[in-house]
Amino acid sequence: MKKSLILGLALGLTFATGAFAADPLKIVYVGKNTGNPYFDSITGGFQDACKQLGCDFLFVAPATAEATSQIPIIEAQIQRGVNVIAIAPNSPDALDQVLDEARAKKILVLTVNGDIVGNETHRDANILPVDFTKTGPDQVELMGSMIGYKGEIAILSATTEAPDQNTWIAAMKDSLANNPKYKDMKLDTIVYGDDQPEKSTTEMEALLSNYPNLVGVISPTTVGVAAAAQVIQQRGIADKVHLTGLGLPSEMRDFIKDGTVKAFQLWSPYNEGWLAAYFADGVSKGTIKNEVGQKFDVPNLGTITIGDKNVMNTQAELTTFDASNIDKFNF
Amino acid sequence: MTDQTSATPVVTALDAATPRPRWQVILIRPETMTLILLVLAFVVSSLLSPYFLDINYILQSFTLTAEFSIVALVMTMIIIAGEIDLSPAANMALSACLFAWTFQATGSMPLALVVGIGAGVLMGVFNGLLVIGLQLPSIIVTIGTLTLYRGIAQIIAGDESIRLPEYFIGFNTWLIAGIPAPDLLFVVLSIGLGLVLGTTIYGRQIYQTGTNEIAAQHAGIRTRRLKMGLFITMGFVSAIAGIITASRLGSVRYDLGLGGELQMVLMAMLGGTYIFGGRGSILGTFLAAWLLSVISTGMTTANLLPATQLCVLGVLLIISIIATNFIYSRTQR
Repeated sequence: MKKSLILGLALGLTFATGAFAADPLKIVYVGKNTGNPYFDSITGGFQDACKQLGCDFLFVAPATAEATSQIPIIEAQIQRGVNVIAIAPNSPDALDQVLDEARAKKILVLTVNGDIVGNETHRDANILPVDFTKTGPDQVELMGSMIGYKGEIAILSATTEAPDQNTWIAAMKDSLANNPKYKDMKLDTIVYGDDQPEKSTTEMEALLSNYPNLVGVISPTTVGVAAAAQVIQQRGIADKVHLTGLGLPSEMRDFIKDGTVKAFQLWSPYNEGWLAAYFADGVSKGTIKNEVGQKFDVPNLGTITIGDKNVMNTQAELTTFDASNIDKFNF
Repeated sequence: MTDQTSATPVVTALDAATPRPRWQVILIRPETMTLILLVLAFVVSSLLSPYFLDINYILQSFTLTAEFSIVALVMTMIIIAGEIDLSPAANMALSACLFAWTFQATGSMPLALVVGIGAGVLMGVFNGLLVIGLQLPSIIVTIGTLTLYRGIAQIIAGDESIRLPEYFIGFNTWLIAGIPAPDLLFVVLSIGLGLVLGTTIYGRQIYQTGTNEIAAQHAGIRTRRLKMGLFITMGFVSAIAGIITASRLGSVRYDLGLGGELQMVLMAMLGGTYIFGGRGSILGTFLAAWLLSVISTGMTTANLLPATQLCVLGVLLIISIIATNFIYSRTQR
C-alpha cells in the first residue's frame, strides 16, 4: 500500500525527466576509486581537452575499487543522459551488462587506462597509454638491471581481479620463465594491497618478514609502489631490497632523490584523458570513424592509429623515471 | 509489614496506566519514521538531481539491491527471534559459485540450480546446528561461517570468474507488468512473510521466542525447532538471492555480494527491528530497503562524492537506532 503511494507520487512527477536536448557533448569518466591521485592526471587531460573542444566533463568514482562498485554509477550516468562514458574498469566482466545497456542508449563507451580483457565487444573503443603487452617484460628488465639479474623477487599488486595488473603479471611470469636472461631470478610470491595505502604497507611489511632473502619488489600500481617505498625508506634497507614499479613522478620524487628507489616507470596519464576527449569529440561529430586501421591527428600527440580490437595508444613505450629526469615531470 | 495493610487497597486509577490513544498506537511506531524518511529521501533526491524522479529508473535501480533486500526480510525474522545470521552474503557467493561451477562442469541448468540451492540450504542447516545444537552464540558462529563459506567459494572459483550462458543472464531486466522481476519477487515475498509474521501463530511464536525464550519454552513453544527453521529458510533464500545476483552480473566470482551482510542488518535496523529481539516488522524492513535504494540512487544520480554518501548513511543509521530505542522505551508497558 505504502509502495503504491510512493509509486504514484513518483509517476506523477516523471514528466520532470523528459528528453533533454544536450548541446555540448557530455563526457563522464568513471575512475576505479576515489582518493587515487593517478586519476587526477587523467582528469586533467580530459578537462584541458574539453576546454579546447567545448564539451562538458565530469569525473566520478566509487568509494572502493571492488568489482561491482561501478555499476550503480554507470546506471546513474545513463539516466543523466551523458553522451560518452569513459571508464577505468574494476572488473573484466561484471560490467558487461550495464555497459551494453549504455551502448543500447547510443552512449559511446570507452575504456580508458584499462580494458575489459576478453569482453572487448561490450565497449566501443579502448585507450591505453602504451602497448600493455610490453609492460610486464619492461618491468622485469628494469628490475633485473637493478639486482644484477639474480635473486628472489616479489610482486605487490592492486586487487586480485584488477585486469591490467593481472595482464602485466602474467607477462612478467612468462618472461621470468622463458627468457634465459632471467633464469637466476625467482618470483617468490604475489601479494595484493587492493590499491589502498594502509593495506599495501601491511602487505609490503609482511613480504619483508616472510621472505628474508628478498632482493627486489615490483609494484605495478601507483598506490602500491608509493606505499612500498615508504616502508623501505623507514626501514633504511634501500641497498638490500630494490623497488621498482609503475609510479607517479609527483609521489615518487622524494624517494628518487634520497635513493630509496633508483628508477620506476610510467607513461603520461594526462595524455590518455586528452586523447579520449579528442576521440569522443571526433566520433560524435563524425570526423573520426571508430574502425580498426583508421588514423587521425590529435594536437600534441601526432597521428593516432586505431589498432586491433579498437585499441589506441598515446605513446610507443614506457617512460623510465630516475634521478636524471624526474624533475621534468610534474603529474 | 506495615506496607501490606496500606498497599493492597491503593491500586486506584492513579496507579493504573491509562491506555494509549489509538492514534498513538498506530502512528508512533518505528515504521512510521522509516516511511517519513523514505518520503523525505524522495523529495531530497528529486531536488538534488532532475534526472532522479523517473519511475522506471527507480525500479531498475532497486534491482541492484533487491537481492540483499530479499535476504533482509528473513534476517528481520531471525533478529526478531533473538538470533542473528551474518553469513548470508557469503552463502550467496558460495551457492552462486557452486551453481556456476556445476553448470560449467555438466552443462545442465536444472542440476546446477539444485546444487546451488541445495548448498544454500545445507549452509543454513550447518549454521542452525552450531547455534541450536551446540548452543553457541549466533553472532560468533555466523562470523565464523561467513569467513568459511567465502573461503570455500574462493577455493572453488579461484581468482577467475565463471561465465554463465546468455539465456540465463539478465533476470533484473525481465519486466512483469512493467516491474523488474527482482523487485516484484521482493514485493511478493514481503507480503507473504509479512502475513506469516503478523497474522499466524508461527509469527506470534517468533516474537515470543525473541522476547523471552525461557518463557516461550514454558508456554510450550518449540523454540529450538522454530529457530532451526529460520536458519534453514535463511540458507534457502540466500542461495536464491545469490543465483539472482549471478544472473544480473552474468558471471560469478567468489567476491559476489561482498559486505552484503551489513547492508541486510542495516535494512532491518532502519526498519525498526530491535537488535535484542522480540520487536520489528516485515513492513519496516520493506520500507527500509526502498529507503536505502532511493538514498543511494539519489545521491549517485546527483554525483555526490562517495565520502558524503557514507556520512549520510552513517547519520541515518544512528538516527534510526535512537528513534527506535526511544519509541520502544516509551511504548513499553
